[in-house]
Amino acid sequence: MAFTNEQLERYSRHIILKEIGAKGQKKLLNGRVLIIGAGGLGAPAALYLAAAGVGTIGIADADVVDLSNLQRQVIHTTADVGKKKVDSAAETMEAINPDVKVTRHYDFVNSTNILDLIKDYDFIIDGTDNFQSKFLINDACVMAGKPLSHAGIIRFRGQLTTIIPGQGPCYRCIFKDLPPKDAIPTCRQAGVIGAMAGVIGSLQAMEAVKYLTGVGQLLTGYLLTYDALKMDFHKIKLPPRGDGCAVCSDHPTITELRDYEQVACQLGSHGQQS
Amino acid sequence: MAENEIREDEFVDVTDVVCPVTFVKAKVALDEIDEGQILRIHLNGGEPAGNVPRSLKEEGHEILKLADNGDGTFELYVRKVGD
Repeated sequence: MAFTNEQLERYSRHIILKEIGAKGQKKLLNGRVLIIGAGGLGAPAALYLAAAGVGTIGIADADVVDLSNLQRQVIHTTADVGKKKVDSAAETMEAINPDVKVTRHYDFVNSTNILDLIKDYDFIIDGTDNFQSKFLINDACVMAGKPLSHAGIIRFRGQLTTIIPGQGPCYRCIFKDLPPKDAIPTCRQAGVIGAMAGVIGSLQAMEAVKYLTGVGQLLTGYLLTYDALKMDFHKIKLPPRGDGCAVCSDHPTITELRDYEQVACQLGSHGQQS
Repeated sequence: MAENEIREDEFVDVTDVVCPVTFVKAKVALDEIDEGQILRIHLNGGEPAGNVPRSLKEEGHEILKLADNGDGTFELYVRKVGD
């Protein structure tokens, strides 16, 4: 496909980059990314990927916009309160860039729908805020061989890794299993600084862009942590993918997806996203 | 007149856009041709005639000729280097 003059102008700052060029921009336009959770992490990721011209972006979320979301979920506006997050997010993305096709999945991911949901995408972004979803998404991506950006944020801290099944450790290699109930507060209970979602969600978008264009080195095999109060970034080398992982080792003990029990304290509000 | 006999493989007109899209359009056209082939670029004088050759040279391509058409436009001949 040939670029229109309007596209050349829109994507000029990308195409000028030696590493991206016209070829890289075409890869972005042909790229397909699924963002699970149109919340704190998903918002900046969706905005940057739409602006970048990623041709097909899926947004999965079964929530509606709440006033308390707006402190960090920058894809939604005050006028969107009460609207489905997938609709609010899609409208913003389409307004930014008409080149982008946004697919709205008005659903929470679960063990029965996730494999079907991820199968048509090149790269998955986990923008959820709970361990049940994070383990489910990890296990499904490992089973389906889908590249995944994991991230988590709380208070003034964030973390991020990129999982390429078979090429490095997965989320379960690092964290094994869900923490005990109430051992870890959610960001609803603990709070989170809004810009943290912007920093970490933007890094997830960066990993997606690098994966789609084949540029640079991904965070595969590393966990990046960010402490905003100390302004410390740490890139921690992870142990290699070993025999011990229940889902991604050569002899996995987890071969079927399951839904983990929702932690009781999260049920008071119907949110899934950070 | 031997010096004028550069035969281009492809042609692109960048007089319908302004900097830096002039360079972007030229770069995209170069992406479409093979290494060693020659692209003729029709561009406006002033900023484009100054910037486009310099930027393409920085990318490693070989500038063969910049000819003044006498009407405020130029023809730039570039040989693609690298792929």
